[in-house]
Amino acid sequence: MPVAQRLRVRYAKRGRLRFTSHRDISRAVERAVRRADVPVAFSAGFSPHPRISYVGAAAPTGVASEAEYLEISVTRRCDPELLRAALDTSLPPGLDVLAVVEATEGSLADRLECSAWEIRLPKADSALAVAAVEGFNAAERVDVERLTKKGLRRFDAREAVLSLEVVEGTETTAGQASSQPCVILRMVVRHATPAVRPDDVLTGLRLVAGFAPPVPPEVTRLAQGPLDVGTGEPADPFGLDREVTRGGETEPVGGHVGGDL
Amino acid sequence: MPVESLFPRLEALLPKVQKPIQYVGGELNSTVKSWDETTVRWALMYPDAYEVGLPNQGVQILYEILNEMPETLAERTYAVWPDLEALMRAEGVPQFTVDAHRPVRAFDVFGISFSTELGYTNMLTALDLAGIPLEAADRGEDDPIVLAGGHAAFNPEPIADFLDAAVLGDGEQVAIAITEVIREWKAEGSPGGRDELLMRLAESGGVYVPKFYDVDYHADGRIQRVAPNRSGVPWRVHKHTVMDLDEWPYPKKPLVPLAETVHERFSVEIFRGCTRGCRFCQAGMITRPVRERSITTIGDMVDAGVRASGFNEVGLLSLSSADHSEIGEVAKGLADRYEGTNTSLSLPSTRVDAFNIDLANEFSRNGRRSGLTFAPEGGSERMRKVINKMVTEEDLIRTVSTAYSQGWRQVKLYFMCGLPTEEDVDVLGIADLARKVIKAGREASGSRDVRCTVSIGGFVPKPHTPFQWAAQASHEVVDHRLKALKDALRGDKEYGRAIGLRYHDGKPSIVEGLLSRGDRRVGKVIRAVWEDGGRFDGWSEHFSYQRWMDAAAKADLDVDWYTTREREENEVLPWDHLDAGLDREWLWQDWRDAVNDVEVEDCRWTPCYDCGVCPTMGTEIQIGPTGKKLLPLTVV
Ligand code: SF4
Repeated sequence: MPVAQRLRVRYAKRGRLRFTSHRDISRAVERAVRRADVPVAFSAGFSPHPRISYVGAAAPTGVASEAEYLEISVTRRCDPELLRAALDTSLPPGLDVLAVVEATEGSLADRLECSAWEIRLPKADSALAVAAVEGFNAAERVDVERLTKKGLRRFDAREAVLSLEVVEGTETTAGQASSQPCVILRMVVRHATPAVRPDDVLTGLRLVAGFAPPVPPEVTRLAQGPLDVGTGEPADPFGLDREVTRGGETEPVGGHVGGDL
Repeated sequence: MPVESLFPRLEALLPKVQKPIQYVGGELNSTVKSWDETTVRWALMYPDAYEVGLPNQGVQILYEILNEMPETLAERTYAVWPDLEALMRAEGVPQFTVDAHRPVRAFDVFGISFSTELGYTNMLTALDLAGIPLEAADRGEDDPIVLAGGHAAFNPEPIADFLDAAVLGDGEQVAIAITEVIREWKAEGSPGGRDELLMRLAESGGVYVPKFYDVDYHADGRIQRVAPNRSGVPWRVHKHTVMDLDEWPYPKKPLVPLAETVHERFSVEIFRGCTRGCRFCQAGMITRPVRERSITTIGDMVDAGVRASGFNEVGLLSLSSADHSEIGEVAKGLADRYEGTNTSLSLPSTRVDAFNIDLANEFSRNGRRSGLTFAPEGGSERMRKVINKMVTEEDLIRTVSTAYSQGWRQVKLYFMCGLPTEEDVDVLGIADLARKVIKAGREASGSRDVRCTVSIGGFVPKPHTPFQWAAQASHEVVDHRLKALKDALRGDKEYGRAIGLRYHDGKPSIVEGLLSRGDRRVGKVIRAVWEDGGRFDGWSEHFSYQRWMDAAAKADLDVDWYTTREREENEVLPWDHLDAGLDREWLWQDWRDAVNDVEVEDCRWTPCYDCGVCPTMGTEIQIGPTGKKLLPLTVV
């Protein structure tokens, strides 16, 4: 059946579901689409698969995100808000559908120019963190190495980082805030090849100033979108689509994470 | 006593392990109930990795039934991989459930479902990580009742020292009964401590408490007798049989994991039990009689399960699925219902005959015709008579010809090696059969593009089967025959390339044989293997034959005596006090018949041949046809 409509979906992976891999998510989405009776289009051919494509580089396994994107093609026109609600209830709590808009002209992938990240560093020393961030920001280049699928790669982690700062916050465990102060890094990183990820920046901080977090950091992608040069932050990539069509949107719910009892 | 979630402590370890998603729970249709509002709490374990354990039907069924009970809570736990085990030990994080990440030791019952004996070492890891003493004798009032179930529990003697109790047979009703016994005992203020609780369970006649039985041995090592050591404990413990499966339509809400698992489908058990009488098959012997689910219940369960899960594959499970009295109607009804959708159907266990090709065609209506699987099990006509697998070479060739002529291109054949009375020529017969299959396939399809894969498993004699007295073949013999078979196929210019051969060496079967027919003295070997680092024995990359042999040697235990020794009729077998309903004399006669190539028919279609199960257990065969049809549902 022909494609009647293309929809763009923003979803979050939160709390303990941040440990899902990209493959886990794509299986879960396919099942949710079936449970929600979404009239998804299928590819032609010997083993047809649902036409769902993931846009942009997925947040790595173990990293939470408030801003992952996919596009889905349907054979019958759907109300974006109804689709959002149906998909959201069909996915396990922690994989939450935040917004759905009808796709307009232009590629969504092209609009995902940069990401805003938050890195929580429980038990880390705030003065050391500030010094390391200053050192990193002052550097021209910070070469780091990471094991990728293509083997060990060496690349500059500095240039893609548009901003990096230390903000203070409180520690959270499994979604519950405690009163412990906690070092939080916030940064905006331009999407590049190879992608500079939060762990590359942490590697950079270690190389520049010997800064190493005492416990595994909790990383969250806060937003993705076109770079707003005025604020230095990613803007809403659905802005263009919304101007053309009406779309549903719910704001990310602050404390709602799929944590434990 | 408040029980806190271990998740915050576990969470810190997860970034350092492989596939952390398997430890976080949160599956669709999983349940988290309030600890304080429940009185009886079960931790259910499948003692293998999450990817194998999550799809297990038995655990899913009990999980759902127990959680449906008021004031009752059930959570699941699985074996953790060595990378997480090491971190948990370093950080002092105990064995946890994946549902609410509660410590296993805090539960009332720690129920472990063993489909195979190779999970025993993983049980010890879980007990140890949980902080529960390994030996039942060392446990105190704060420890849960450690309870085994599943097929391997029909001879729990090798793990008797580690268990407080075991149950045989279908779990649905007995799990509820045990829950009520515990609830009452707790409500009374837990009088007499865990000993009294175990006594109450034992007195019911349906729960085996190993420590209430003493085992005496002859000087030559054979068992002299197994007897209760206190009054009120029954001499024999019976298996449980659920009658009327339509009353128990579980799972209703299948668990849908986020992590990838070995079976990504919704499975419905279309019947339990099998009376085809294959003599090697423990499952067929211990699950008698046949009890079918009606076509209407199957249809309803499939519909509800697919909706609740979003799975796009439905498996119709049983020991021999094509034997359901209305399988043709079920297949056609489901194929009609899901025609044009992307929901596919599968029928995992089938026997060889032409009817099944029609079924397979139904099941692949809108899919491709890739592979069909048949299990002749024995390579020669004589061998098949010995094991009572009533398939003639003619049947097989006719069936595969039909399959190939209707567009199927690949046939898988399952066999066993090391069967009682087997000789080299019987195993070489597998090569002949495979050649004939390819020859027939080429003729029937008019194409040279047909393939056949031969898979061979090592035979392990199992308790409660006619082969429980048989000598297991040594691994040298098995390996020798497999090599001869491989050479025969490799040397075949005409057909060899079209035939694939899959097999394992014979060593793991020896360890499985030791654990299957072992007695209480084998327990110290299991413990020694575990202490030496033995884990995940069902995984070839983790299994070490040498480790088992070293541990046995150190414990001065003769592995051959347990495996390759044939038993006499009157020898007391370690599981004789555990009653699967089978009449011992009938089993012995069937063993004698096997040796004399005498076959026995299926009691569903011929008169009862008195295997003993129905009168002993008060059960009867429950089969259709009901004459009903599946109503097509509109799939929107
Ligand atoms: S007792 Fe008779 S009818 Fe029942 S399973 Fe055995 S042979 Fe079949």
